[in-house]
Amino acid sequence: MKKILELKNVSLTYQTATDEINAINGLSFDCLEGDFVSIIGPSGCGKTSILSMIAGLLEPSSGSIRIDGKEVTKTNSSLGYMLQKDHLFPWRTIEKNVYLPLEIKKINTKEKREYANYLLDKYGLKDFKKKYPEQLSGGMRQRVALIRTLVSNPKILLLDEPFSALDSQTRLSVNNDVYQIIKQEKKTTVLVTHDISEAISMSDIIIVLSDRPSKVKNIHKPNIEGDTPIHKRESKNFSKWFEILWRELNQ
Amino acid sequence: MKNKSSYSPQHLLYLRKIKRETYLVNFVRIAILVVGLLVWELLARLNVIDSFITSCPSKIFSTIYYLALEDNLLYHLSVTLYETLLGFIISVIFAYVIALALWWSERLRKILEPYLVVLNSLPKIALGPIIIVWCGSGSKAIIFMAILITIIVAIISLLNGFMATDEDKITLLKSMGANKFQILTKLVVPGSLPTLINTLKISVGMSWIGSIMGEYLVSRAGLGYLIVYGGQVFKLDLVMASTVVLCFLSAFMYFFVSILEKIVIKNRK
Repeated sequence: MKKILELKNVSLTYQTATDEINAINGLSFDCLEGDFVSIIGPSGCGKTSILSMIAGLLEPSSGSIRIDGKEVTKTNSSLGYMLQKDHLFPWRTIEKNVYLPLEIKKINTKEKREYANYLLDKYGLKDFKKKYPEQLSGGMRQRVALIRTLVSNPKILLLDEPFSALDSQTRLSVNNDVYQIIKQEKKTTVLVTHDISEAISMSDIIIVLSDRPSKVKNIHKPNIEGDTPIHKRESKNFSKWFEILWRELNQ
Repeated sequence: MKNKSSYSPQHLLYLRKIKRETYLVNFVRIAILVVGLLVWELLARLNVIDSFITSCPSKIFSTIYYLALEDNLLYHLSVTLYETLLGFIISVIFAYVIALALWWSERLRKILEPYLVVLNSLPKIALGPIIIVWCGSGSKAIIFMAILITIIVAIISLLNGFMATDEDKITLLKSMGANKFQILTKLVVPGSLPTLINTLKISVGMSWIGSIMGEYLVSRAGLGYLIVYGGQVFKLDLVMASTVVLCFLSAFMYFFVSILEKIVIKNRK
């Protein structure tokens, strides 16, 4: 499989009035097509900044980021970004919320809208298209947010702790939900999280970052049996990996 | 909706309690007005208070009646209403455009901030003489005063609403490749609709203050003119009558904005 995302020696320094902060120092990793990659690290190690740089919202101070061999310079339509909260617009119906990226990218064609409707139907939101976000549960809203990311058919999904605003019960099922949708749609995914078990149960590859200035500490391929996050959590290898990663983060 | 017969006795009791509370509130509200007016009238008739100074409800109503009969009321009322509405509309439109410009350019916002702060705390009535010299002593001066008083508060209130837009939502739109204009039209403008309604409510009050204050300074007609004139010639009935009419007018305008609010909120849900 081909490399879809490459980070080479990426560093990020940002300026404040009193200081110059070296947030990321020489970060390198690759990501193959169809991979589910998680990035975990201590809080404040610049995980979100990494996603912002991949998304083209933030320019690295040095180093290069390539998607499909092409250097990232500005925001890119082959990316879909999903944030901590669903950020559905309360004044738009579910359907209209999902059309938003199409409007922004000026590709609001009948064909694209049909694809959006196809996704909504497929993932159990058929009866909610004309409803408003506040009428849906937290889990369903997060699913709508994922579909909104998928409608423009991105090659890579960037997930920035997309489950952290949910309560722990919902969180597990939304984990499962999102994982299955992503696998079905065969999307390459980069997930940023501080939740070790979430990372183990969802990803093919786990990248552990060090404290600031962060760089890659270790890259793991847990390869846990089970086809869904919930099944993976039941595997006996799960707790072994949890311990390995927990130790690594606390070193 | 559940059928009423299927409610439990506890629930019915609860509903009755709420209903009783609403009745009580409404009753006391009206009672305060009625009793107040009656006591006022009674004290005036028994000569406990001097109705030459305090006026009394019956005189106020007969003054309103005579004013209406002689067509004077409608004339004065329409003059004030015209000045207020024009001041209100011009202020809100300009305030919206200026607030948008300030949202758009952080540099402009920083540059103009101290000006806004000073203009906001300046008592605009102090500019009265300048306005008269510049605009003459007609309606123009009064409308100008209404705008001066309304627009600064409206700009500040709208700008605060625009600036309160969720940063994460902006990031989300940027990640989709949105430009600043799209962020404005897709997010900031629809998202700040409640702020706009609030600003309209504040501006209703402000533009009334502005037009009446303007009429105190310079005017030959209007409710503010009637009040000042009545005060000068010691016709307290006229002062009170004009004030009552003013009360109704401003309540009506506020009510109108509330209806607008209900329509807007309903369309969002």
